[in-house]
Amino acid sequence: MLKQLSVSFVIGFAACLVGANAASAQDTALQLTVQNGRFEPAELQAPANKAISITIKNNDAKSVEFESVSLRVEKVIAAKGQGTVRIRALSPGRYEFMDDFNQKNRGTLVVQ
Amino acid sequence: MLAALIIVFREVFEAGLIIGIVLAVTRVVAGRGWWVSGGALAGALGACLVALFIGQLSEAFEGVGQELFNAAILGVAVVMLGWHNIWMARHGRELAAEMRATGEAVASGSKSLLALAIVVGVAVLREGFEVVLFLYGVATQEGGANSGILLGGLIGLVLGGAVCVLTYFGLARIPNRQLFAVTSVMIALLAAGMASQAIAFLAQANTVTALDHVVWDTSGLLSEKSILGRALHTLIGYTAQPTQMQLLVYVATLAIIFVLMRVFAPPPAAARQRAVAAE
Repeated sequence: MLKQLSVSFVIGFAACLVGANAASAQDTALQLTVQNGRFEPAELQAPANKAISITIKNNDAKSVEFESVSLRVEKVIAAKGQGTVRIRALSPGRYEFMDDFNQKNRGTLVVQ
Repeated sequence: MLAALIIVFREVFEAGLIIGIVLAVTRVVAGRGWWVSGGALAGALGACLVALFIGQLSEAFEGVGQELFNAAILGVAVVMLGWHNIWMARHGRELAAEMRATGEAVASGSKSLLALAIVVGVAVLREGFEVVLFLYGVATQEGGANSGILLGGLIGLVLGGAVCVLTYFGLARIPNRQLFAVTSVMIALLAAGMASQAIAFLAQANTVTALDHVVWDTSGLLSEKSILGRALHTLIGYTAQPTQMQLLVYVATLAIIFVLMRVFAPPPAAARQRAVAAE
């Protein structure tokens, strides 16, 4: 009984939350491409105090795990696939990100 | 090859810890090897399935399907861990009495075993799909270095198994009479850590954005990416830059589990009667 209740709660909670999500039109939209194991461009620019959305296109045949500790994101982008990562409004600074599957591949998001 | 080894090992490390803990928690229950293996197998199959459909999953729910999926399965694991603790609070004493009486492995834990098998499955699934995607990408790549990389990945998996074994034998030193108490605490912390992790994914999905101010930054002291940091991340939910919401959910999970354990624990007199009746 407790188990059924708890599971229903989790599913119901999740269902409610899904409706609440929306990428706002006022986000700064950035494009990032992964080509031959490199981020292009290696440096992204964005204005401070505004939510940012980065669309990552993976042109390689290997999947990529876009990860950044300072930006608090972690997402796998399949080979030849695409993914979008949404980041909350940031204060000015340099934020590093990388490909967890290929740690030589790094980039920076410069916020000012 | 070394890079592949490290990448795979880091992913399976967390699953290895969790499986080791579950095996130790259930060491007195008969047949638990089957349940844990079943959970791990289901998790591995699920990981292959998710890897196969990763494109569709990522694009679902306006591009945050992957984050919501991670949050959902972590949520399921939290509920299962909490349920295990509450079930143990209710039945732990009679199980302990039965163990003392018969001296043999207890047979009555199967409901709790299902919950823990699900936890194992979730742990394997969460890290597994990333490993599958990584290895698949490497295997289908053109170039001659493939076998070295695949070997590195395999060794990484084996090392993850070693972590599981080490954890199990580390916990095996706990005497039976303290097993329930110690593992209840470990499981509650495991659940709280996973709940906090689920919140991080919900924040990334922009579904939960309240209280997202970062409370402290100890990444200089202990990086979440170091081995110790990862171990603490799994065992107690250590986060180098937790948000207010993450801390709130962490504490709330511990509180809820603790309260429900007390609510469902049998009153002392009834437990003594049941223990006597079981002998």
